[in-house]
Amino acid sequence: MRAFQRFIVTVVGVGLLALANAGQQASAQIKIGAVLSVTGPASFLGDPEKKTLEMYVEDINATGGVNGQKLQLIVYDDGGKANEALTFAKRLVEEDKIVAMVGGSTTGSTLAMIPVFEEAQIPFISLAGAIQIIQPVRKWVFKTPHTDTMACEKIFVDLKRRNLTTIAIIAGADAFGKSMRDQCVAVAPKAGITIAHEETYGASDTDMTPQLTNIKGKAGVQAVVNTGFGQGPAIVTRNYRQLDIKLPFYQSHGVASKQFISLAGPAAEGVRLPAAALLVADKLPADDKQKLIVEYYKKTYEQRSGGQPVSTFGGHAYDGLMILVEAAKRAGSWDKAKVRDEIEKTKDFVGTGGIVNMSPTDHLGLDLTAFRMLEIKNGDWTLVP
Amino acid sequence: MAELLQFIFSGLTVGAVYALVALGFTLIYNASDIVNFAQGEFVMLGGMTTVFLGLAGVPLPIAALIAVIATVAVGVALHRLAIEPARGAGPVVLIMITIGASIFLRGVAQIVFDKSFHSLPPLFGTDPIRVGGAAILPQSLIVLAGAVVIVVLLWVFIDRTLFGKAVIATATNRLAARLVGIDTRRIGDFSFAVSAAIGAVAGILVTPIAPTSYEVGTLLALKGFAAAMLGGMGNAVGAVVGGVLLGLLEAFAAGYLSSQYKDAVAFLIILAVLFAMPQGLFGRAKVDRV
Repeated sequence: MRAFQRFIVTVVGVGLLALANAGQQASAQIKIGAVLSVTGPASFLGDPEKKTLEMYVEDINATGGVNGQKLQLIVYDDGGKANEALTFAKRLVEEDKIVAMVGGSTTGSTLAMIPVFEEAQIPFISLAGAIQIIQPVRKWVFKTPHTDTMACEKIFVDLKRRNLTTIAIIAGADAFGKSMRDQCVAVAPKAGITIAHEETYGASDTDMTPQLTNIKGKAGVQAVVNTGFGQGPAIVTRNYRQLDIKLPFYQSHGVASKQFISLAGPAAEGVRLPAAALLVADKLPADDKQKLIVEYYKKTYEQRSGGQPVSTFGGHAYDGLMILVEAAKRAGSWDKAKVRDEIEKTKDFVGTGGIVNMSPTDHLGLDLTAFRMLEIKNGDWTLVP
Repeated sequence: MAELLQFIFSGLTVGAVYALVALGFTLIYNASDIVNFAQGEFVMLGGMTTVFLGLAGVPLPIAALIAVIATVAVGVALHRLAIEPARGAGPVVLIMITIGASIFLRGVAQIVFDKSFHSLPPLFGTDPIRVGGAAILPQSLIVLAGAVVIVVLLWVFIDRTLFGKAVIATATNRLAARLVGIDTRRIGDFSFAVSAAIGAVAGILVTPIAPTSYEVGTLLALKGFAAAMLGGMGNAVGAVVGGVLLGLLEAFAAGYLSSQYKDAVAFLIILAVLFAMPQGLFGRAKVDRV
């Protein structure tokens, strides 16, 4: 008798569970895909991106979802490998049947995934840096982070304002440093900047004084630009002061983190670099259009990630998700083609990365105002007016 | 002239780091014929442990001491748990075990510590010493001095003590050493412990110059290995000369030729040297007795 009772209870229980499941499926969640580099060498990108997406999808669902439908986020980790990203992209399209895609942490994995989403005609908002993702414009592909080209242009504008036109570049031999160096060289003539001398260093070198000695000895150089990422720029900055070079010194947005200041120490004083507004959220003037949103995102992220400091990379994920959600709201449905059209029509969207104005020829939609020129003073960022 | 001097200073700074890593290779190689590719991880552990203890509020000298002891414990554990059980295997297998251990240690460090770069304050400030238009950081001199002190201690130990002779005897012929009453397992423990200590000291001394992170060990091990080969594997003086030479080569290549090809130039010269002197600059040719 006991056994029979237990049997009945089990059957009823299983039945209820099945019903509950069916009920959930009936409300048809909207599936949004993401392939991020949560582990591996690019985990500093993928990790905050994943946390951000999860946080805000939860928030959106808590307030009733979008167009009456809840969102379901499906995240795969490509470990920074482009071929794995490609496999996951196919799985998202064929098995998970997603309606939109946010992510692709690195340029490599994004470029690998583009053909899949172009063919399946699914809106794809990438979180990777390189300009090649949106140039040439592809119908279904968008991106949120600034490009290296914009960082170069921002630096050059600041140089011109200080009447400096002849510079030397010292570039890290990593992908970021090389790419930005190439972009700077490409846009220099248009900006009226002459690059008189170039040096490089290995990404894990521990002393760059020989390269800087050569720059110091080069006549006519008025300023130095360092394109690079990670520990390299911190050592370059220290060596720069060690050799007592007096020229204005520019770093890239690749080192725009407090970590750079603490690694370079007092040598970082006076260094200028372009960076997103998010880094100086508390220092933006009250009438800044982005102030509200960057302060809100910074607070949310730092609270809910367990005290992890905010990074611009997570901010790009926030921008991507919100651009998608707002486009879907305007479209009034989750029809892929309609959502795509609305993403392209995004106007005056205030994100953490800047004010986004997309168009059929511009699938990024940011201009130079997205970057702020910062100077390091007393171990902290200050805005250069 | 000021340029040349600056290149020399740069070469000495970088070279001293390579020399310290190369020294770590020397002792284990002497005692057990193994090239221990986890040597770079000893360097990383020394630096990272000190940094994190320092952040936790431990005074730096004590943090450094604990870091050395912790790294020594890891070194002995590596020998007892991974190398000793596989004693019968050939050197290639043992070297692969050390590569595995290095990947394992890196993974653990990534979780126990974090993935960011960290630095330590230099012992005598950040103001460079200026000589003839060139500048060198006081910390670079400390690293160099550290290398010299360790070499002298090692030399005294290996050549002047009975225990040191036992290390050499074990390296030459394990079985024979055991037959004359040498506890070869203890020799192995000891050589791993001392190598780990040398690595940890290197990591602590170097961190104020070059920031450390969980993965700095890989490249340091590679450069240190190249330096040890150049100087002659197993020779302490050779390790230091090889390290400093490698640093100078890189600095001169970057300064006078092209910074883009400096690593290539340095390794080409090493290859050329090894072609002419396969045992390295200070290495002794091995004689097989029949």
